[in-house]
Amino acid sequence: MARTFAIKRQPGFATIAMICIALLYIPIFTLVVYAFNEGNSVAIWKGFSLRWFHAAWNNDKVVDASIRSVRIASVAALIATVAATMAALATTRTKPYRGLTFKYAFINQPLMIPEIVTAVALLIVFARVKVATGYSGLGYLIAAHTAFCIPFAYLPIRARLESMDLTLETAAADLYAKPWKVFTRVTLPLLWPGIIAGLMLAFVISLDDVVITEFVKSGGQDTLPTYMLGQLRRVVTPEMNAISTVFLAISILIVTVFFFISRRRT
Amino acid sequence: MASAAEIAEKAERDDIRNRWLLTTPAIAIIFLAGIGPLLVVVLYSFLTPGPYGDVKWEFSTGAWVGVFLQRDIFEGTLGIADAHLSIFLRSVWLSFATTILTLIFGFPTAYFIATRSEKTQALWLFLITIPFWTNLLIRTFAVQEVIRNEGLLNSFLVWSGIVSAPVQILYTDWAIALGMIYVYLPLMVLPLYASMEKLDFRLVEAGYDLYATRFKVLTRIVIPLVKPGVIAGSILVFIPSLGAYVTPRVLGGGKQMMLGNLIELQFGAGRNWPLGAALALTLTVIVTVALLFYVRYVAAPERRNG
Repeated sequence: MARTFAIKRQPGFATIAMICIALLYIPIFTLVVYAFNEGNSVAIWKGFSLRWFHAAWNNDKVVDASIRSVRIASVAALIATVAATMAALATTRTKPYRGLTFKYAFINQPLMIPEIVTAVALLIVFARVKVATGYSGLGYLIAAHTAFCIPFAYLPIRARLESMDLTLETAAADLYAKPWKVFTRVTLPLLWPGIIAGLMLAFVISLDDVVITEFVKSGGQDTLPTYMLGQLRRVVTPEMNAISTVFLAISILIVTVFFFISRRRT
Repeated sequence: MASAAEIAEKAERDDIRNRWLLTTPAIAIIFLAGIGPLLVVVLYSFLTPGPYGDVKWEFSTGAWVGVFLQRDIFEGTLGIADAHLSIFLRSVWLSFATTILTLIFGFPTAYFIATRSEKTQALWLFLITIPFWTNLLIRTFAVQEVIRNEGLLNSFLVWSGIVSAPVQILYTDWAIALGMIYVYLPLMVLPLYASMEKLDFRLVEAGYDLYATRFKVLTRIVIPLVKPGVIAGSILVFIPSLGAYVTPRVLGGGKQMMLGNLIELQFGAGRNWPLGAALALTLTVIVTVALLFYVRYVAAPERRNG
Protein backbone atom coordinates (compact mmCIF):
# COMPACT_ATOMS: atom_id res chain seq x y z
CA MET A 1 0.00 0.00 0.00
CA ALA A 2 1.23 3.47 -0.78
CA ARG A 3 2.12 5.63 2.16
CA THR A 4 -0.77 7.96 2.97
CA PHE A 5 -0.19 11.57 2.09
CA ALA A 6 -0.11 13.66 5.29
CA ILE A 7 -2.21 16.67 4.37
CA LYS A 8 -1.55 18.48 7.63
CA ARG A 9 2.23 18.34 7.37
CA GLN A 10 4.28 21.39 6.48
CA PRO A 11 8.03 20.84 6.05
CA GLY A 12 10.18 22.24 8.84
CA PHE A 13 7.27 23.31 11.04
CA ALA A 14 7.77 20.55 13.58
CA THR A 15 11.47 21.40 13.85
CA ILE A 16 10.75 25.10 14.44
CA ALA A 17 8.12 24.17 17.02
CA MET A 18 10.62 21.99 18.90
CA ILE A 19 13.23 24.75 18.78
CA CYS A 20 10.66 27.22 20.11
CA ILE A 21 9.64 25.05 23.04
CA ALA A 22 13.30 24.33 23.80
CA LEU A 23 14.17 28.04 23.68
CA LEU A 24 11.24 28.84 25.98
CA TYR A 25 12.52 26.42 28.59
CA ILE A 26 16.33 26.67 28.33
CA PRO A 27 16.60 30.03 30.16
CA ILE A 28 14.17 28.96 32.89
CA PHE A 29 15.95 25.63 33.24
CA THR A 30 19.37 27.32 33.48
CA LEU A 31 18.01 29.71 36.09
CA VAL A 32 16.79 26.83 38.24
CA VAL A 33 19.98 24.78 37.85
CA TYR A 34 22.23 27.63 39.01
CA ALA A 35 20.05 28.17 42.07
CA PHE A 36 21.72 24.99 43.35
CA ASN A 37 25.24 26.20 42.56
CA GLU A 38 27.83 25.93 45.31
CA GLY A 39 29.85 28.85 43.93
CA ASN A 40 29.11 32.59 43.82
CA SER A 41 28.55 32.78 40.10
CA VAL A 42 25.37 32.42 38.06
CA ALA A 43 27.43 31.08 35.16
CA ILE A 44 30.24 28.87 36.51
CA TRP A 45 29.14 25.59 38.06
CA LYS A 46 30.98 24.63 41.27
CA GLY A 47 28.89 21.74 42.55
CA PHE A 48 25.51 21.11 44.15
CA SER A 49 24.50 23.01 47.27
CA LEU A 50 21.42 24.45 48.95
CA ARG A 51 23.39 27.35 50.44
CA TRP A 52 21.61 30.03 48.36
CA PHE A 53 18.21 28.82 49.47
CA HIS A 54 19.45 29.11 53.05
CA ALA A 55 20.82 32.57 52.27
CA ALA A 56 17.48 33.72 50.86
CA TRP A 57 15.59 32.19 53.77
CA ASN A 58 17.79 34.06 56.25
CA ASN A 59 17.66 37.33 54.32
CA ASP A 60 15.21 39.52 56.28
CA LYS A 61 14.54 41.74 53.29
CA VAL A 62 13.51 38.77 51.16
CA VAL A 63 11.28 37.31 53.85
CA ASP A 64 9.75 40.73 54.52
CA ALA A 65 9.07 41.39 50.85
CA SER A 66 7.60 37.90 50.38
CA ILE A 67 5.19 38.31 53.28
CA ARG A 68 4.17 41.74 51.97
CA SER A 69 3.63 40.31 48.48
CA VAL A 70 1.40 37.53 49.75
CA ARG A 71 -0.52 39.90 52.00
CA ILE A 72 -1.24 42.39 49.21
CA ALA A 73 -2.09 39.62 46.74
CA SER A 74 -4.49 37.89 49.16
CA VAL A 75 -6.44 41.01 50.04
CA ALA A 76 -6.46 42.41 46.49
CA ALA A 77 -7.44 39.08 44.92
CA LEU A 78 -10.23 38.58 47.45
CA ILE A 79 -11.78 42.03 46.95
CA ALA A 80 -11.30 41.81 43.18
CA THR A 81 -12.97 38.40 43.04
CA VAL A 82 -16.01 39.54 45.03
CA ALA A 83 -16.39 42.64 42.84
CA ALA A 84 -15.81 40.60 39.68
CA THR A 85 -18.34 37.93 40.67
CA MET A 86 -20.99 40.60 41.25
CA ALA A 87 -20.11 42.29 37.97
CA ALA A 88 -20.19 38.96 36.10
CA LEU A 89 -23.64 38.17 37.50
CA ALA A 90 -24.80 41.58 36.30
CA THR A 91 -23.38 41.33 32.79
CA THR A 92 -24.23 37.77 31.71
CA ARG A 93 -27.34 35.76 30.93
CA THR A 94 -29.39 38.75 29.86
CA LYS A 95 -30.47 40.33 26.64
CA PRO A 96 -28.35 43.37 25.80
CA TYR A 97 -29.41 46.40 27.81
CA ARG A 98 -28.34 50.02 27.78
CA GLY A 99 -24.93 50.46 29.38
CA LEU A 100 -23.81 46.83 28.96
CA THR A 101 -21.05 47.73 26.49
CA PHE A 102 -20.02 50.57 28.78
CA LYS A 103 -19.69 48.07 31.64
CA TYR A 104 -17.56 45.71 29.55
CA ALA A 105 -15.28 48.56 28.53
CA PHE A 106 -15.00 49.78 32.13
CA ILE A 107 -14.23 46.36 33.60
CA ASN A 108 -11.61 45.62 30.96
CA GLN A 109 -10.04 49.08 31.06
CA PRO A 110 -6.99 47.97 33.09
CA LEU A 111 -6.13 45.52 30.30
CA MET A 112 -6.28 48.19 27.63
CA ILE A 113 -3.95 50.82 29.08
CA PRO A 114 -0.18 50.17 29.10
CA GLU A 115 0.96 49.35 32.62
CA ILE A 116 3.54 52.12 32.67
CA VAL A 117 0.81 54.70 31.98
CA THR A 118 -1.39 53.45 34.82
CA ALA A 119 1.70 53.39 37.01
CA VAL A 120 2.56 57.07 36.50
CA ALA A 121 -1.12 58.03 36.76
CA LEU A 122 -1.32 56.37 40.17
CA LEU A 123 2.01 57.91 41.18
CA ILE A 124 0.65 61.39 40.46
CA VAL A 125 -2.65 60.90 42.30
CA PHE A 126 -1.39 58.89 45.27
CA ALA A 127 1.50 61.32 45.84
CA ARG A 128 -1.09 64.08 46.40
CA VAL A 129 -3.33 61.90 48.53
CA LYS A 130 -0.34 60.86 50.67
CA VAL A 131 0.53 64.49 51.34
CA ALA A 132 -3.09 65.49 51.96
CA THR A 133 -4.00 62.67 54.34
CA GLY A 134 -0.64 61.69 55.82
CA TYR A 135 -1.58 58.02 55.32
CA SER A 136 1.12 55.96 53.66
CA GLY A 137 0.21 52.35 54.45
CA LEU A 138 -0.33 49.37 52.17
CA GLY A 139 -3.80 50.68 51.21
CA TYR A 140 -2.52 52.35 48.05
CA LEU A 141 -0.87 49.18 46.79
CA ILE A 142 -3.94 47.11 47.64
CA ALA A 143 -6.25 49.55 45.83
CA ALA A 144 -4.02 49.59 42.73
CA HIS A 145 -3.68 45.79 42.68
CA THR A 146 -7.42 45.26 43.19
CA ALA A 147 -8.20 47.45 40.18
CA PHE A 148 -5.97 45.59 37.73
CA CYS A 149 -6.96 42.17 39.17
CA ILE A 150 -10.68 42.70 38.49
CA PRO A 151 -10.60 41.95 34.73
CA PHE A 152 -8.54 38.81 35.34
CA ALA A 153 -10.90 37.52 38.02
CA TYR A 154 -13.87 38.49 35.84
CA LEU A 155 -12.79 36.39 32.82
CA PRO A 156 -13.17 32.82 34.17
CA ILE A 157 -16.23 33.71 36.27
CA ARG A 158 -18.00 35.17 33.27
CA ALA A 159 -17.00 32.20 31.11
CA ARG A 160 -18.42 29.82 33.71
CA LEU A 161 -21.67 31.78 34.03
CA GLU A 162 -22.18 31.82 30.29
CA SER A 163 -21.95 28.03 30.19
CA MET A 164 -24.72 27.79 32.84
CA ASP A 165 -28.29 28.20 31.62
CA LEU A 166 -31.08 29.57 33.75
CA THR A 167 -33.20 26.39 33.91
CA LEU A 168 -32.03 25.27 37.36
CA GLU A 169 -32.54 28.73 38.83
CA THR A 170 -35.97 28.95 37.24
CA ALA A 171 -36.85 25.53 38.63
CA ALA A 172 -35.78 26.62 42.12
CA ALA A 173 -37.85 29.79 41.85
CA ASP A 174 -40.82 27.75 40.66
CA LEU A 175 -40.49 25.77 43.88
CA TYR A 176 -40.87 29.04 45.82
CA ALA A 177 -37.21 29.55 46.72
CA LYS A 178 -36.51 33.19 47.58
CA PRO A 179 -33.97 34.93 45.26
CA TRP A 180 -31.26 34.83 47.94
CA LYS A 181 -31.84 31.13 48.50
CA VAL A 182 -31.70 30.47 44.75
CA PHE A 183 -28.38 32.29 44.69
CA THR A 184 -26.79 30.50 47.65
CA ARG A 185 -28.20 27.04 46.95
CA VAL A 186 -28.14 26.88 43.14
CA THR A 187 -26.11 29.62 41.44
CA LEU A 188 -23.18 29.80 43.85
CA PRO A 189 -22.42 26.05 44.04
CA LEU A 190 -22.50 25.84 40.25
CA LEU A 191 -20.38 28.95 39.85
CA TRP A 192 -17.81 27.95 42.46
CA PRO A 193 -15.11 26.55 40.12
CA GLY A 194 -15.20 29.79 38.12
CA ILE A 195 -14.85 31.86 41.27
CA ILE A 196 -11.90 29.79 42.53
CA ALA A 197 -10.24 30.03 39.11
CA GLY A 198 -10.77 33.80 39.08
CA LEU A 199 -9.39 34.15 42.60
CA MET A 200 -6.26 32.20 41.72
CA LEU A 201 -5.71 34.09 38.51
CA ALA A 202 -6.07 37.41 40.34
CA PHE A 203 -3.67 36.21 43.05
CA VAL A 204 -0.97 35.25 40.53
CA ILE A 205 -1.42 38.51 38.60
CA SER A 206 -1.04 40.55 41.77
CA LEU A 207 1.95 38.49 42.94
CA ASP A 208 3.71 39.03 39.59
CA ASP A 209 3.21 42.76 39.28
CA VAL A 210 6.35 44.86 39.04
CA VAL A 211 5.65 48.10 37.21
CA ILE A 212 2.63 49.50 39.06
CA THR A 213 4.01 48.39 42.44
CA GLU A 214 7.37 50.01 41.69
CA PHE A 215 5.71 53.39 41.14
CA VAL A 216 3.06 53.24 43.87
CA LYS A 217 5.06 51.83 46.81
CA SER A 218 6.29 54.11 49.57
CA GLY A 219 9.72 53.65 51.13
CA GLY A 220 10.20 50.25 52.74
CA GLN A 221 7.22 48.73 50.93
CA ASP A 222 9.10 46.46 48.56
CA THR A 223 7.26 43.42 47.29
CA LEU A 224 9.29 40.43 46.15
CA PRO A 225 9.31 41.47 42.46
CA THR A 226 10.32 45.09 43.18
CA TYR A 227 13.01 43.87 45.59
CA MET A 228 14.35 41.63 42.84
CA LEU A 229 14.21 44.44 40.30
CA GLY A 230 16.33 46.56 42.62
CA GLN A 231 18.83 43.74 43.14
CA LEU A 232 19.26 43.12 39.40
CA ARG A 233 21.19 46.39 39.16
CA ARG A 234 23.98 44.95 41.26
CA VAL A 235 26.23 41.93 40.88
CA VAL A 236 23.84 39.01 40.89
CA THR A 237 24.51 35.94 43.05
CA PRO A 238 22.67 32.60 42.83
CA GLU A 239 20.53 33.87 45.73
CA MET A 240 18.41 35.56 43.06
CA ASN A 241 18.12 32.23 41.27
CA ALA A 242 17.03 30.55 44.49
CA ILE A 243 14.32 33.16 45.12
CA SER A 244 13.19 32.92 41.49
CA THR A 245 13.06 29.13 41.69
CA VAL A 246 10.76 29.15 44.71
CA PHE A 247 8.63 31.87 43.09
CA LEU A 248 8.45 29.84 39.87
CA ALA A 249 7.48 26.67 41.70
CA ILE A 250 4.60 28.47 43.45
CA SER A 251 3.37 30.10 40.22
CA ILE A 252 3.51 26.83 38.28
CA LEU A 253 1.64 25.05 41.06
CA ILE A 254 -1.15 27.65 41.07
CA VAL A 255 -1.37 27.72 37.26
CA THR A 256 -1.53 23.92 37.10
CA VAL A 257 -4.38 23.81 39.61
CA PHE A 258 -6.09 26.65 37.73
CA PHE A 259 -5.68 24.76 34.47
CA PHE A 260 -7.44 21.70 35.84
CA ILE A 261 -10.22 23.63 37.58
CA SER A 262 -11.09 25.70 34.53
CA ARG A 263 -10.97 22.68 32.20
CA ARG A 264 -13.50 20.75 34.25
CA ARG A 265 -16.83 21.02 32.49
CA THR A 266 -20.24 21.37 34.07
CA MET B 1 -54.70 46.74 39.92
CA ALA B 2 -51.57 46.48 37.80
CA SER B 3 -51.85 44.68 34.51
CA ALA B 4 -49.57 41.78 33.61
CA ALA B 5 -47.67 43.99 31.20
CA GLU B 6 -47.01 46.58 33.91
CA ILE B 7 -45.77 43.91 36.31
CA ALA B 8 -43.43 42.52 33.65
CA GLU B 9 -42.17 45.99 32.90
CA LYS B 10 -41.51 46.70 36.57
CA ALA B 11 -39.69 43.37 36.93
CA GLU B 12 -37.45 44.29 34.01
CA ARG B 13 -36.74 47.75 35.45
CA ASP B 14 -35.86 46.18 38.82
CA ASP B 15 -33.62 43.67 37.08
CA ILE B 16 -31.68 46.39 35.28
CA ARG B 17 -31.39 48.46 38.48
CA ASN B 18 -30.05 45.42 40.35
CA ARG B 19 -27.58 44.79 37.57
CA TRP B 20 -26.27 48.35 37.93
CA LEU B 21 -26.00 47.97 41.71
CA LEU B 22 -24.06 44.73 41.30
CA THR B 23 -21.57 46.36 38.94
CA THR B 24 -21.02 49.39 41.15
CA PRO B 25 -18.13 48.03 43.29
CA ALA B 26 -16.09 46.94 40.26
CA ILE B 27 -16.73 50.23 38.47
CA ALA B 28 -15.94 52.27 41.59
CA ILE B 29 -12.61 50.50 42.20
CA ILE B 30 -11.52 50.79 38.57
CA PHE B 31 -12.55 54.43 38.52
CA LEU B 32 -10.60 55.24 41.70
CA ALA B 33 -7.42 53.37 40.76
CA GLY B 34 -7.56 53.46 36.97
CA ILE B 35 -9.71 55.82 34.95
CA GLY B 36 -9.79 58.67 37.46
CA PRO B 37 -6.00 58.90 37.74
CA LEU B 38 -5.79 58.72 33.94
CA LEU B 39 -7.94 61.84 33.71
CA VAL B 40 -5.57 63.56 36.13
CA VAL B 41 -2.72 62.67 33.76
CA VAL B 42 -4.57 64.52 30.99
CA LEU B 43 -4.86 67.55 33.28
CA TYR B 44 -1.18 67.39 34.28
CA SER B 45 -0.05 67.30 30.66
CA PHE B 46 -1.38 70.87 30.30
CA LEU B 47 0.40 72.29 33.37
CA THR B 48 3.85 73.77 33.97
CA PRO B 49 6.60 71.63 35.51
CA GLY B 50 7.49 72.48 39.12
CA PRO B 51 11.14 73.12 40.00
CA TYR B 52 11.51 69.93 42.10
CA GLY B 53 9.15 67.63 40.22
CA ASP B 54 5.36 67.80 40.52
CA VAL B 55 3.59 70.72 38.79
CA LYS B 56 2.79 74.41 39.05
CA TRP B 57 -0.87 75.21 38.48
CA GLU B 58 -0.34 77.28 35.35
CA PHE B 59 -1.77 76.30 32.00
CA SER B 60 0.82 75.41 29.39
CA THR B 61 1.00 73.47 26.17
CA GLY B 62 4.76 73.23 26.61
CA ALA B 63 4.67 69.55 27.48
CA TRP B 64 2.83 68.61 24.30
CA VAL B 65 5.17 70.75 22.21
CA GLY B 66 8.06 69.04 24.01
CA VAL B 67 6.97 65.58 22.98
CA PHE B 68 8.36 66.09 19.50
CA LEU B 69 10.03 69.50 19.52
CA GLN B 70 12.74 71.08 21.64
CA ARG B 71 13.84 74.68 22.04
CA ASP B 72 17.42 75.37 21.13
CA ILE B 73 19.08 76.77 24.26
CA PHE B 74 21.25 79.29 22.39
CA GLU B 75 19.07 80.48 19.54
CA GLY B 76 15.62 79.96 21.07
CA THR B 77 14.35 78.32 17.92
CA LEU B 78 12.23 75.17 17.86
CA GLY B 79 13.71 72.04 16.36
CA ILE B 80 12.82 68.40 16.36
CA ALA B 81 13.52 66.69 19.70
CA ASP B 82 16.12 64.24 18.45
CA ALA B 83 16.44 62.37 21.73
CA HIS B 84 12.69 61.74 22.00
CA LEU B 85 12.35 60.95 18.35
CA SER B 86 15.12 58.39 18.46
CA ILE B 87 13.55 56.69 21.49
CA PHE B 88 10.15 56.74 19.78
CA LEU B 89 11.65 55.23 16.66
CA ARG B 90 13.61 52.66 18.64
CA SER B 91 10.46 51.62 20.52
CA VAL B 92 8.44 51.28 17.34
CA TRP B 93 11.26 49.54 15.53
CA LEU B 94 11.99 47.08 18.36
CA SER B 95 8.29 46.32 18.85
CA PHE B 96 7.89 45.81 15.13
CA ALA B 97 10.91 43.47 14.96
CA THR B 98 9.61 41.58 18.01
CA THR B 99 6.19 41.16 16.37
CA ILE B 100 7.64 39.88 13.08
CA LEU B 101 10.07 37.47 14.74
CA THR B 102 7.51 36.07 17.18
CA LEU B 103 5.26 35.56 14.15
CA ILE B 104 8.00 33.72 12.23
CA PHE B 105 8.65 31.43 15.19
CA GLY B 106 5.12 31.34 16.56
CA PHE B 107 3.29 30.47 13.35
CA PRO B 108 4.91 27.05 12.78
CA THR B 109 4.70 26.32 16.50
CA ALA B 110 0.97 27.07 16.65
CA TYR B 111 0.43 25.08 13.45
CA PHE B 112 2.35 22.15 14.87
CA ILE B 113 0.24 22.18 18.04
CA ALA B 114 -3.04 22.57 16.15
CA THR B 115 -2.29 19.53 14.01
CA ARG B 116 -1.61 17.16 16.93
CA SER B 117 -4.23 14.77 18.29
CA GLU B 118 -6.66 16.37 20.73
CA LYS B 119 -5.03 14.91 23.83
CA THR B 120 -1.47 15.92 22.98
CA GLN B 121 -2.70 19.38 21.92
CA ALA B 122 -3.65 20.09 25.51
CA LEU B 123 -0.19 19.06 26.68
CA TRP B 124 1.67 21.21 24.13
CA LEU B 125 -0.62 24.12 24.93
CA PHE B 126 0.11 23.68 28.60
CA LEU B 127 3.86 23.83 27.82
CA ILE B 128 3.32 27.19 26.07
CA THR B 129 1.06 28.53 28.81
CA ILE B 130 3.41 27.81 31.72
CA PRO B 131 6.07 30.38 30.73
CA PHE B 132 3.26 32.80 29.91
CA TRP B 133 1.99 32.76 33.49
CA THR B 134 5.36 32.80 35.19
CA ASN B 135 6.61 36.14 36.39
CA LEU B 136 7.77 38.47 33.62
CA LEU B 137 10.64 39.75 35.73
CA ILE B 138 11.90 36.23 36.41
CA ARG B 139 11.73 35.36 32.72
CA THR B 140 13.62 38.53 31.85
CA PHE B 141 16.19 37.70 34.51
CA ALA B 142 16.53 34.20 33.03
CA VAL B 143 17.27 35.74 29.62
CA GLN B 144 19.80 38.07 31.22
CA GLU B 145 21.69 35.09 32.65
CA VAL B 146 21.74 33.28 29.33
CA ILE B 147 23.01 36.22 27.26
CA ARG B 148 25.55 37.73 29.66
CA ASN B 149 29.19 37.52 28.58
CA GLU B 150 29.93 34.42 30.64
CA GLY B 151 26.43 33.01 30.03
CA LEU B 152 25.23 29.95 28.17
CA LEU B 153 24.88 31.60 24.74
CA ASN B 154 28.37 33.11 24.71
CA SER B 155 29.92 29.95 26.14
CA PHE B 156 28.35 28.04 23.29
CA LEU B 157 29.50 30.55 20.66
CA VAL B 158 33.07 30.45 21.95
CA TRP B 159 33.10 26.68 22.42
CA SER B 160 31.81 26.06 18.91
CA GLY B 161 34.42 28.40 17.47
CA ILE B 162 31.92 30.77 15.86
CA VAL B 163 33.51 33.63 17.77
CA SER B 164 36.88 33.74 19.48
CA ALA B 165 35.83 35.91 22.44
CA PRO B 166 32.44 36.54 24.09
CA VAL B 167 30.30 39.09 22.25
CA GLN B 168 28.65 41.88 24.25
CA ILE B 169 24.93 41.19 23.86
CA LEU B 170 23.60 42.32 27.24
CA TYR B 171 22.81 46.06 27.42
CA THR B 172 22.34 46.40 23.65
CA ASP B 173 19.26 46.71 21.46
CA TRP B 174 19.78 43.06 20.58
CA ALA B 175 19.32 42.08 24.20
CA ILE B 176 16.04 44.01 24.41
CA ALA B 177 14.77 42.42 21.20
CA LEU B 178 15.78 38.92 22.33
CA GLY B 179 14.15 39.45 25.71
CA MET B 180 10.90 40.75 24.24
CA ILE B 181 10.70 37.91 21.72
CA TYR B 182 11.21 35.50 24.58
CA VAL B 183 8.62 36.98 26.94
CA TYR B 184 5.95 37.72 24.33
CA LEU B 185 6.20 34.54 22.20
CA PRO B 186 3.29 32.82 24.04
CA LEU B 187 1.11 35.88 23.33
CA MET B 188 1.62 35.18 19.63
CA VAL B 189 1.22 31.41 19.75
CA LEU B 190 -2.04 31.33 21.74
CA PRO B 191 -4.29 33.41 19.41
CA LEU B 192 -2.67 31.80 16.35
CA TYR B 193 -3.48 28.40 17.78
CA ALA B 194 -7.05 29.49 18.55
CA SER B 195 -7.73 30.28 14.90
CA MET B 196 -5.78 27.29 13.52
CA GLU B 197 -7.71 24.90 15.72
CA LYS B 198 -10.85 25.86 13.80
CA LEU B 199 -9.12 25.39 10.43
CA ASP B 200 -11.12 23.17 8.09
CA PHE B 201 -8.55 20.74 6.66
CA ARG B 202 -10.94 19.61 3.95
CA LEU B 203 -10.02 22.84 2.20
CA VAL B 204 -6.35 21.89 2.47
CA GLU B 205 -7.14 18.48 1.07
CA ALA B 206 -9.05 20.06 -1.81
CA GLY B 207 -5.97 22.17 -2.53
CA TYR B 208 -3.79 19.06 -2.82
CA ASP B 209 -6.39 17.38 -5.01
CA LEU B 210 -5.96 20.30 -7.36
CA TYR B 211 -2.19 19.67 -7.45
CA ALA B 212 -1.12 22.52 -5.20
CA THR B 213 2.35 22.22 -3.67
CA ARG B 214 2.79 22.31 0.11
CA PHE B 215 4.04 25.86 -0.14
CA LYS B 216 1.06 26.94 -2.23
CA VAL B 217 -1.36 25.32 0.22
CA LEU B 218 0.33 27.23 3.03
CA THR B 219 0.32 30.63 1.35
CA ARG B 220 -2.98 30.39 -0.58
CA ILE B 221 -5.16 28.41 1.85
CA VAL B 222 -3.81 28.20 5.41
CA ILE B 223 -2.49 31.73 5.86
CA PRO B 224 -5.59 33.50 4.43
CA LEU B 225 -7.84 31.36 6.64
CA VAL B 226 -5.95 32.07 9.87
CA LYS B 227 -5.43 35.77 9.11
CA PRO B 228 -7.57 36.87 12.09
CA GLY B 229 -5.23 34.90 14.36
CA VAL B 230 -2.19 36.49 12.73
CA ILE B 231 -3.60 39.99 13.26
CA ALA B 232 -4.70 39.19 16.82
CA GLY B 233 -1.31 37.75 17.77
CA SER B 234 0.55 40.64 16.16
CA ILE B 235 -1.46 43.25 18.03
CA LEU B 236 -1.25 41.35 21.31
CA VAL B 237 2.56 41.31 20.97
CA PHE B 238 2.97 44.81 19.56
CA ILE B 239 0.98 46.59 22.28
CA PRO B 240 2.89 45.35 25.35
CA SER B 241 6.20 45.62 23.45
CA LEU B 242 5.59 49.28 22.78
CA GLY B 243 4.84 49.95 26.45
CA ALA B 244 7.57 47.63 27.74
CA TYR B 245 9.35 48.88 30.83
CA VAL B 246 10.89 45.95 32.70
CA THR B 247 12.59 44.24 29.75
CA PRO B 248 14.44 47.34 28.44
CA ARG B 249 15.33 48.33 31.99
CA VAL B 250 16.86 44.97 32.89
CA LEU B 251 18.35 44.02 29.52
CA GLY B 252 19.07 47.50 28.14
CA GLY B 253 20.82 48.50 31.35
CA GLY B 254 19.36 52.02 31.45
CA LYS B 255 21.28 53.23 28.41
CA GLN B 256 19.10 51.73 25.72
CA MET B 257 15.77 53.32 26.59
CA MET B 258 12.33 52.64 25.26
CA LEU B 259 9.20 54.78 25.64
CA GLY B 260 8.32 53.30 29.02
CA ASN B 261 11.72 54.23 30.43
CA LEU B 262 11.57 57.71 28.89
CA ILE B 263 8.26 58.28 30.66
CA GLU B 264 9.71 57.09 33.96
CA LEU B 265 12.72 59.37 33.50
CA GLN B 266 10.47 62.46 33.39
CA PHE B 267 9.00 61.55 36.77
CA GLY B 268 12.42 60.80 38.25
CA ALA B 269 15.65 62.57 37.35
CA GLY B 270 14.00 64.50 34.46
CA ARG B 271 11.64 66.31 36.89
CA ASN B 272 9.25 67.17 34.12
CA TRP B 273 5.94 65.65 35.15
CA PRO B 274 3.85 67.39 32.45
CA LEU B 275 6.17 66.07 29.74
CA GLY B 276 5.99 62.60 31.28
CA ALA B 277 2.19 62.88 31.31
CA ALA B 278 2.11 63.97 27.67
CA LEU B 279 4.43 61.12 26.66
CA ALA B 280 2.29 58.62 28.58
CA LEU B 281 -0.82 59.87 26.80
CA THR B 282 0.92 59.64 23.43
CA LEU B 283 1.68 56.01 24.16
CA THR B 284 -1.93 55.46 25.26
CA VAL B 285 -3.24 56.95 22.02
CA ILE B 286 -1.04 54.70 19.87
CA VAL B 287 -2.10 51.63 21.85
CA THR B 288 -5.79 52.62 21.68
CA VAL B 289 -5.61 53.00 17.91
CA ALA B 290 -4.09 49.52 17.66
CA LEU B 291 -6.80 48.13 19.95
CA LEU B 292 -9.62 49.77 17.98
CA PHE B 293 -8.15 48.23 14.86
CA TYR B 294 -8.14 44.88 16.66
CA VAL B 295 -11.77 45.19 17.79
CA ARG B 296 -12.95 46.31 14.37
CA TYR B 297 -11.14 43.76 12.23
CA VAL B 298 -10.63 40.77 14.52
CA ALA B 299 -12.92 40.58 17.54
CA ALA B 300 -16.13 41.90 15.98
CA PRO B 301 -16.12 39.84 12.72
CA GLU B 302 -15.21 36.71 14.69
CA ARG B 303 -18.20 37.15 16.98
CA ARG B 304 -20.47 37.67 13.99
CA ASN B 305 -19.25 34.49 12.34
CA GLY B 306 -19.62 32.57 15.59
